[in-house]
Amino acid sequence: MQEKIQGKAIPLPLDNVDTDQIIPAQYLRLLEKKGLGKYLFYRWRYDESGKPKKDFVLNDPKFKDGSVLVARKNFGIGSSRENAVWALTDYGIKAVLAESFGDIFYGNSIKNGLACIKLDKKIIDEIIEKSMNGNLFVTIDLANRKVIYEGKEVSFEIEEYARRRLISGQSEIDYTLSHYLDKIEEYEKNVKSFMKTNINETLKKLLEG
Amino acid sequence: MPYTITDKIWEAHEIAKEDEFSLLYIDRHLTHEVTSPVAFSDMKYKGYKVRRPDLSLAVMDHNVPTDSKENPTIDELSEKQMEALWNNSRTFNVPLLDFYSPYQGIIHVVGPELGFSLPGLTIAAGDSHTSTHGALGALAFGIGTSEVEHVFVTQTLWIKKPKQFRIKINGNMKKGVSAKDLALYIIGKIGTGGAIGHIIEYSGETVSEINVEGRMTLCNMSIEAGARSAIIEPDDKVFSYIKDAPLAPKGQDWEDAVKYWKNLKSDPNAKYDKELEIDAGSVKPMVTWGTNPSMVAPVDGYVPYPEEVKDESLRNEYERALKYMELKPGQKITDISVDYVFIGSCTNARLSDLIEAAKVLKGKKVNRSVRALVVPGSEWVKRKAERIGIHKIFIDAGFEWRHSGCSMCIAMNSDRLPPGKRSASTSNRNFENRQGPGGRTHLVSPAMAAAAAVFGHFVDLADVEIAEVM
Ligand code: SF4
Repeated sequence: MQEKIQGKAIPLPLDNVDTDQIIPAQYLRLLEKKGLGKYLFYRWRYDESGKPKKDFVLNDPKFKDGSVLVARKNFGIGSSRENAVWALTDYGIKAVLAESFGDIFYGNSIKNGLACIKLDKKIIDEIIEKSMNGNLFVTIDLANRKVIYEGKEVSFEIEEYARRRLISGQSEIDYTLSHYLDKIEEYEKNVKSFMKTNINETLKKLLEG
Repeated sequence: MPYTITDKIWEAHEIAKEDEFSLLYIDRHLTHEVTSPVAFSDMKYKGYKVRRPDLSLAVMDHNVPTDSKENPTIDELSEKQMEALWNNSRTFNVPLLDFYSPYQGIIHVVGPELGFSLPGLTIAAGDSHTSTHGALGALAFGIGTSEVEHVFVTQTLWIKKPKQFRIKINGNMKKGVSAKDLALYIIGKIGTGGAIGHIIEYSGETVSEINVEGRMTLCNMSIEAGARSAIIEPDDKVFSYIKDAPLAPKGQDWEDAVKYWKNLKSDPNAKYDKELEIDAGSVKPMVTWGTNPSMVAPVDGYVPYPEEVKDESLRNEYERALKYMELKPGQKITDISVDYVFIGSCTNARLSDLIEAAKVLKGKKVNRSVRALVVPGSEWVKRKAERIGIHKIFIDAGFEWRHSGCSMCIAMNSDRLPPGKRSASTSNRNFENRQGPGGRTHLVSPAMAAAAAVFGHFVDLADVEIAEVM
């Protein structure tokens, strides 16, 4: 259950932060989702020799304890890699505020309890500006659909389905199986003959022929 | 109420709805070695089974070495990931096309070519470019790893119905202009977020004229405009493309299928949330100059001046991109020279793409300053190309004729663009470091990539000789 998320804002005032930047492909070869935080924004965070780049926000001591990332338009566009969400959550990011999000990234965030909140450009501009000194704390109130900072309350819109999932954190698979197994079976009973496959046989024949 | 093709397929597969999200039955599920391991380990841990292994297909593509099948160059991590898919396919009974399979290739090339992907189906894969399969008239979604697991266990997906964006393309394409150029032109126009939350339906005379593989290029690139997916009404071209595919329905099933598929049309007065019309005749061969696919210019154009951009954050982005790309404002696109040429990826590595490149290359040589690779989209595409003899054109010109895989599109194997080097690439993402740390990518069509290989820089294809190859 997480109805409220609180944390220090980290400004990343960029448009189009794609998932290749959030975690480069070379780090997608690990077979686990744990421990990816060290590769978060790898190429922006470290130089070729692996030394932290001074000018990148995550290397700024002011933001070391930050957990609410604030970006601009189209955050998380590009590759479907859920590793981008895992890298963010493993690093300690609990919420991302932005003007808009890539669709697949947004879907992935819901499954992992990372709150992605869409806000107007004006509000994002203000939060970015106020967060620059490393002293802005933001609360995301999922129950009441509000972002709160410096005593100011801003409402946001979020799909009810996403909000419920973020709050409950329950396994979607168990939920689907316990509520809809009959519907799945019913669909399968009625599938048209031409929509079926006999993949194993066909592949076997292909390889023999 | 008038229906779009998306509405029709959606309705046929929606088995439940909660608030804004629908539970869709998924007819086909493709998977590869990179986005599946965590799903499989969680399934093992929780004791889940794959509900319908017979509707699933696993293929190794992202990590696979493309230099050799006998003596492949491979590192330990890549090998481990491929091994994991091999073991997981065994454990869960999922059919697998592994590194050695004669039908191995990039999932978005393999699915359609085997007839695993068909019109009217819902298709999901743990890969953003799954929209490619929409070119057959399927409803296809790229998904994350949690969703991959959900599809494996339940054969369904919770998903919000996307809004619908119709892009009509009319008019005749100029010499040297391909589906890739149309796609880049559209992304340049609407931006990387221009279709967020939408499925794009392409229609119009030009789209009917374009062959099925070109339509796959269009649908594939839609992701780069932020689209959730893309789709095109299936027609006779699609039916003949898949008719002889091994997994396509046969006999009476085929007859029934075609009858059904012919009804997968958008009703004439169907409503769309967004619409755009494009005149194909005004599109030139396109070349990206920046670090996302919307930063693109016609080949006879120039690298833009950031100071002329009004929007501040866009201006900053342009400046950042030019710095990364080491380009100067006002520089002619045709003055940009390249070190590498990569013809490959799920966007442009099908047989017709290779043919378009070969037409430019025939009888010519790769420039001495360029290293050029052609990586067919699947081993079957490779054999088809060898059967018609165009591999010789590539080899004679000085291209490396390689095995299939994602290769330098994503640089997870040893095919990498070295730091500071510049490529002409037929892939889909020119993001920073995408083709290798520090590499600089220019996205282009197969014909433009071939021309850049010959001349060592970009050239207007209107001035280039195009030969017959068959
Ligand atoms: S070719 Fe590139 S874009 Fe296509 S699936 Fe492979 S890595 Fe992804």
